[in-house]
Amino acid sequence: MKFSENWLRALVDINVERDVLMHRLTMAGLEVEGVEPLGAGLDHVVVGQIVAAERHPNADKLQVCRVDTGDGELQIVCGAPNARVGLKAPVARIGAALPNGLTIKAATLRGVDSSGMLCSAKELKLSDESSGLLELPADAPIGAALATYFDLPDAAIEIKLTPNRPDCLGLAGLASEVRALFGLGAGATTNDGAAVPVSVTTQRTVHLKAGADCPRYLGRVIEGVDARAATPLWLKQRLERSGVRSISAIVDATNYVMLELGQPMHAFDHERLIGDVVVRHARAGERLKLLDERDVDLDGEFLVIADDQGAQAVAGVMGGHSTRVTDDTRNIYLEAAFFAPAAIIGRARRLGLHTDASHRFERGVDPDMPRRAIERLSQLIVSICGGSAGPVHGAEVAANLPVRAPVVLRRSRLARVLGMNIADVAVENLFRALDMLVESTPEGWRVTPPSRRFDIEIEEDLIEEVARIHGYDSVPTNMPRGELSLKVEPEARVRNSQLRQALLSRGYLEVLNFSFLATEQLQAWGLDRSAVALSNPLNNELAVMRTSLLPGLLANLKFNQDRQAERLRLFELGKVFRTEDPPVETPRIAGVVCGSARSEQWAEPRRPVDFFDLKGDVEHLLALAGPGDYRFETADVSYLHAGRAAAVYRGSERIGFLGCLDPRLARQLDVAGDCYVFELDLAPIVTRKVPKSREIARFPSVRRDLAVVVPVAIPASQVLATVVAASGSQLKESFVFDEFVGKGLPEGTRSLAMGLILQDESRTLTDADVEPMMASIVAALDKSLGAKLRG
Amino acid sequence: MDELTARVESTIQEVGSAASMETLESLRITWLGKSGVLTEQLKLLGKLDPEQRKRQGEQVNRAKDALLSAIAARKQTLEDDAYRARLGAERVDVSMPGRNGERGNVHPITRTLDRIVDIFARLGYSQADGPEIEDDFHNFEALNFPPHHPARAMHDTFYFPDGRLLRTHTSPVQIRAMTNREPPIRIIAAGKVYRADSDQTHTPMFHQVEGLLVDETSSFADLKGTLKQFITAFFERDFEMRFRPSYFPFTEPSAEVDIRWERADGSLGWLEVLGCGMVHPNVLRACKIDPERYSGFAFGLGVERFAMLRYGISDLRSLYENDVRMLRQFA
Repeated sequence: MKFSENWLRALVDINVERDVLMHRLTMAGLEVEGVEPLGAGLDHVVVGQIVAAERHPNADKLQVCRVDTGDGELQIVCGAPNARVGLKAPVARIGAALPNGLTIKAATLRGVDSSGMLCSAKELKLSDESSGLLELPADAPIGAALATYFDLPDAAIEIKLTPNRPDCLGLAGLASEVRALFGLGAGATTNDGAAVPVSVTTQRTVHLKAGADCPRYLGRVIEGVDARAATPLWLKQRLERSGVRSISAIVDATNYVMLELGQPMHAFDHERLIGDVVVRHARAGERLKLLDERDVDLDGEFLVIADDQGAQAVAGVMGGHSTRVTDDTRNIYLEAAFFAPAAIIGRARRLGLHTDASHRFERGVDPDMPRRAIERLSQLIVSICGGSAGPVHGAEVAANLPVRAPVVLRRSRLARVLGMNIADVAVENLFRALDMLVESTPEGWRVTPPSRRFDIEIEEDLIEEVARIHGYDSVPTNMPRGELSLKVEPEARVRNSQLRQALLSRGYLEVLNFSFLATEQLQAWGLDRSAVALSNPLNNELAVMRTSLLPGLLANLKFNQDRQAERLRLFELGKVFRTEDPPVETPRIAGVVCGSARSEQWAEPRRPVDFFDLKGDVEHLLALAGPGDYRFETADVSYLHAGRAAAVYRGSERIGFLGCLDPRLARQLDVAGDCYVFELDLAPIVTRKVPKSREIARFPSVRRDLAVVVPVAIPASQVLATVVAASGSQLKESFVFDEFVGKGLPEGTRSLAMGLILQDESRTLTDADVEPMMASIVAALDKSLGAKLRG
Repeated sequence: MDELTARVESTIQEVGSAASMETLESLRITWLGKSGVLTEQLKLLGKLDPEQRKRQGEQVNRAKDALLSAIAARKQTLEDDAYRARLGAERVDVSMPGRNGERGNVHPITRTLDRIVDIFARLGYSQADGPEIEDDFHNFEALNFPPHHPARAMHDTFYFPDGRLLRTHTSPVQIRAMTNREPPIRIIAAGKVYRADSDQTHTPMFHQVEGLLVDETSSFADLKGTLKQFITAFFERDFEMRFRPSYFPFTEPSAEVDIRWERADGSLGWLEVLGCGMVHPNVLRACKIDPERYSGFAFGLGVERFAMLRYGISDLRSLYENDVRMLRQFA
């Protein structure tokens, strides 16, 4: 909420500097977001009137003016095109130091003496732009200090109001708050002025057909207004300094009362309303053209103000176009009502609107304000536009009017929640200063808030008030006391930080991407099928939840390749999302590598990264969960190279993939070189066993090497599995240590050399033990795989 | 005999300057070999009378010992020299880079988040988790945001067609944690949150850390103390701090916390870093916790802001560009 500081000060007499006021507001939860000082440097600037103007003898574009400044005439040379006899404009006298930095001295301009300056709004920093002199109204008092005339200096202050404080959406409410903050005691001083005399009897019958939603509706007819009357300067200035544009006298007066009292009101053209005023829910299919000339379709959710013709305004949101006040309006019908927040909340939004009225009614407007507000508005309109007022009339459903119930505050609860004791008298004074009714009880107090305080309903609301006004700074700074209970961290769980560390130690950098991306991005990967789409994405680039971490990682890779990075190793740990009911969120870890296998170095030949570099990284990661039963099997994955792709299994569960990015996809993504990627579900790789120690064997082991020639189509894992199956418990370890393809071997075969470690728990194995075992292994390899010993 | 002594002495000289093992060996053979000079002398001793034998024997043996020890000493010297020469020849340029010393690093957000969670872990807060796709109940309703309440407008929410939403804060984790355990509760929830807002100072996804303490004694004063300690622990320095009244539907009293921070131009200004408050009784009730018996406080902070302040990052958006030149700065 933006307002004029002078306006606020007119409502509450506080003798403190601006800084102090701002600080106190901020520290009371009414955060000052901005302060725009207005009208500094206007000393020696007065209202003047040009009484004579002649062409400058030596310059075509200059005039020599004689200006009446109240205490004599000044000769001023002026170049403004609108300088003319009779015009009232600001005059900076000699000695003035203008806000734009100009100091006014006696001068001679092209041979003619000039003792002062006629000013534009821009020169006085009253406006950002101006064309010519600032034209003052004809009734501006000659000789008056411009600052006084303009109610300057002033400041446009903007406070960030939290939704619980609609009472401060009007300056009267804000003034009450300030009064409490500075301990000025209870009781608002109003300068609303006297009620306008009722001089006509015209009125309308008001029917409340939705009493719970609108329990109070007041109206008043004012006949014979001049809708074309000019808005007085002071009113215009207060509006503008509060961020509201001046439109016409009646609209301005309505806005003025809304800003002053917080009561949004509406003025209808009385002649265009036909019959009684009915406050009711809109009928299904009912249409209304709003003030902003948009046609809107209404339904039973909306509360409307209707006449015999139909809906004429959306209650608490915006008036209708056909009954609006125009320059030709002669008779007006004023509305001041209380609409229940629940009846207004969300309605403006449904119409694509957010109005000053809806903003206030959604949060809660003082139900006792309509009468005061309608009197205040009548007074302003009659004084500006003339006219004869009819009686204030209307209807109310007393049972539905909100009543602020007393709230109990216990002394002990206050002390416990805040962690401090506050003297009873301080508590009582503070509530009274907030216009609350306080009664003592043995345990504490019964407090009845004023009608404007919608936010005071429970004990905590009162505790907050005490803390707020007493000052959060006065609450001590303690440390909580509590049980020292140790939390149990399961050792069998690998922590995410360990997974990260494993990859960092292999040279990977961690990246973080948004969880949403463009549908097309997933489509390129063939991963869009079960993607969850947002209803209201910010843009198409952020439209669906990611189903894989890889598209993001590849985008990072491309981004960095475009910035001269050739060798990259990136990983991300985060969730992916899949449609289901409810949607499934799966934490994953994924990585991408490209470029050479090692960072640029001197000690080894340079070679590009390959499948087994990546597989090593993945195995390194998997090893965190101990020796698990992991398997890597050939896999057919749309985004991976058909010959260099593996699915990773733990037991029977497939936990992820790794491989070379499909070269066509790589080209489509415009990334250079072979990229290798992996992506693993997190859950299956973070569970491990707590180790159980056993004795180490006391007898030496024996190693036997075995080289067999097998068809290339048979994976090494199968060869090893056959070896294991054919051996007894004495085989402790088996591994491939060489692969050979080529000269001397039949086409389509390769030789695999394996090392076998054999050991017995109870004795040293001899050749006689080992030879038969080796023979049976060789036989099994031949029988099940057609593998021959390499001779 | 004097002649022998003189010869031995000159041989010892020769041994001392022998340039190679071979020279040394040939000297040894000449003097101490099977038919070496001294060996022959010893053989002759038997033919001498006892008196002479004793005298001459001593003399020869002394010469032999002297020669042997000279040879051994020289041998050691030659071996040492050869060893040193070998090591010298095996010398490497230690200034050349080592192999595979490469190491990556975590993202600055992870680094900051881990640091924050660690600090609270030391105070006995354990980490709690929740889904990122939330329902209205956990994200709003249980947190005392009634439907259509204007406070909801403070959260620009991303929705899904079925009415679910991307959590706008980590506070729903509070609800899940309180529903699943008994006080005393001390939890910290960290993770991604989402709001439909994107400009220089907002990203549509960001990270929050939320803390919650519920027990029979906690007060607003305890909340102040906890956050004061946290700020000091995180930045490793003291800050002037202020607690400013604010409004969150799920806490009351509520506060925003500002620290006195040095701006880029050197001037001091208040900078908002945290939101907090006493858990609203409606929230406790929604989680079946008796607000008469228990009270609690909660606080929430934006990880990006803490990362930026701690590490001097000037552009929020650079955190999500993943430029490796930026990321490597957090090694």
